[in-house]
Amino acid sequence: MSAQNNGGQPGNGQAARAEAQRLFGAFQNWGAVPIEAAILQPAGTLLDLYGEDIRARAYVTHDPVQGEMMLRPDFTVPVVQTHMAGGAEPARYCYMGEVFRKQEGAGGARASEYLQVGYEVFDRANPQRADAEVFALFARLLSGRALRPSIGDIGILRAAVNGLPTSDLRRAALMRHLWRPQRFRALLERFAGRAPLPEARAALLARLQAGERVESAAPQIGLRSGAEVEARLTKLLSDAQTPHIPGALVDRVEALLNVADKAPKALAQMRAHAGDMPWIAPSLDLLEQRLAALAALGIDVDALDFEASYGRTTLEYYDGFVFGFSADGREDLPPVASGGRFDALTTVLGQGSSIPAVGGVVRPALLVELEGGA
Amino acid sequence: MSLDQRVKIGVPSKGRLMEKTFDWFSARGITMRRTGAEREYSGAVDGLEGVDLVLLSASEIPRELAAGRIHFGVTGTDLVREKLADWRAQLEVMAELGFGHADLIIAVPEAWVDVETLDDLDAVAAAFRQDHGFRLRIATKYHRLVREFLRANGVADYQLVDSQGATEGTIRNLTAEAVADITSTGETLRANHLKILNTAPVLRSQATLYRSLSADWSGASADILAHLRERVAG
Repeated sequence: MSAQNNGGQPGNGQAARAEAQRLFGAFQNWGAVPIEAAILQPAGTLLDLYGEDIRARAYVTHDPVQGEMMLRPDFTVPVVQTHMAGGAEPARYCYMGEVFRKQEGAGGARASEYLQVGYEVFDRANPQRADAEVFALFARLLSGRALRPSIGDIGILRAAVNGLPTSDLRRAALMRHLWRPQRFRALLERFAGRAPLPEARAALLARLQAGERVESAAPQIGLRSGAEVEARLTKLLSDAQTPHIPGALVDRVEALLNVADKAPKALAQMRAHAGDMPWIAPSLDLLEQRLAALAALGIDVDALDFEASYGRTTLEYYDGFVFGFSADGREDLPPVASGGRFDALTTVLGQGSSIPAVGGVVRPALLVELEGGA
Repeated sequence: MSLDQRVKIGVPSKGRLMEKTFDWFSARGITMRRTGAEREYSGAVDGLEGVDLVLLSASEIPRELAAGRIHFGVTGTDLVREKLADWRAQLEVMAELGFGHADLIIAVPEAWVDVETLDDLDAVAAAFRQDHGFRLRIATKYHRLVREFLRANGVADYQLVDSQGATEGTIRNLTAEAVADITSTGETLRANHLKILNTAPVLRSQATLYRSLSADWSGASADILAHLRERVAG
């Protein structure tokens, strides 16, 4: 039909596989233990993690016994599960194999089946040093290519939200939508009292505030009970009494989200924002330690791009350091390599236990394409 | 294309949609009629040389157009957008026919006095997941359209459950908490104690004449296309 599959040749065939083998071998030489993951993954876990959006990205199929399954959209989830089920500590893993993602938006131009080579570190000792180790390893394996590395830190954004002087309810709403920049911004503006309430909400609040009993003559149907409706009305009423977040502070948060500069300059700018948001200072200290660890491993941090919002729009689970290597001047391509820290994912999949974890993947087919070998 | 190859136009095979489509073409000097016995799905076209009428289920017309097995087809906007990814690359809109109007909307129980907007739906979905341990279920047959719409509007913590018919009943039957469905008057929704969210609909749909970009347009079919364009414009 379209050019999506090149007649069964995933990505760019042999050249990509050779490149993948080179990277896979390099990760093993570095001490990583190769790990396998089934191509068919239970859909339940992935749906629970990512929500309905994953259906637009992953191929769903059905097994008569195991129920709904997905063609592996990434390795991180099965690797974390394998490790949490009894891996040694600390652990370093690597993997190589196809992942499958629908490419609807891209007009069918991007491969929907492609190789990924990845490396993941599970280590409690010194997270900043582990972050630096992963980045430096990727930088070394990708050196000599025309790639532009960028880093970010979701941990700083989380710290900024967590410290905001407002209700738990509002902080939770912001945290939940950290991954949806437009929605996040709309919420911030509303919590600052700078965006009007929707008319219907304003009318409802007016009735509640007048002490009116708001109910419907319609029968109660469905699983959501009358008590749940009541509980939300109570929440709305108390939320309406929550004082606004000062506008100047919201401006600071928005400025923080827009920080993009060479890493040391970006850090200095964020230190300036921390004057009004002292609660982000500890997360900035961690960034500073990470930059020092990177410099100690030979990374030129003065030339490294830092973007505060980096990694915010991906369908991912990163909650700290994030990084990517992108082809310069090829905004049409996804990053050739990307990764980050996913401590929270180990908690979600760990059934009671958790461990700091960081890692990343390379897409060898993109490397080959950029070299003109496609 | 050989000389005797003909251009195919797909039209919904029954009901008001078929009759109104026939009326629409008739007003433009093209007469369509069913042939054979009353229950036989065959038809003929007069007033446009070299064109065959193919009677199909409206829901199959998008797929037939995309595959290039029919040259033209009349079906609802909703079906094309739901069934075809990147539909603009596959079809061209020849004309909107001005009937078969319906909106794809999201509806919740009328008893949910705390829910009017998508923001409310999102907040309720978050609370519902906490209270019940699973994501709020929205019953629909328009998976792609609804998912894209909810993503664009920042609604999370929901899941879509498939419902191919009697969707309004799913809430009472406890298989969904909300529905996303096509409605023209909202009567069925009201009868089932549901209310439409106070936002723009997911999609406004109407009967539309589409052209397949992948069908064989060589030879005589190019002339037929030019001819039909004139009629449609007039």
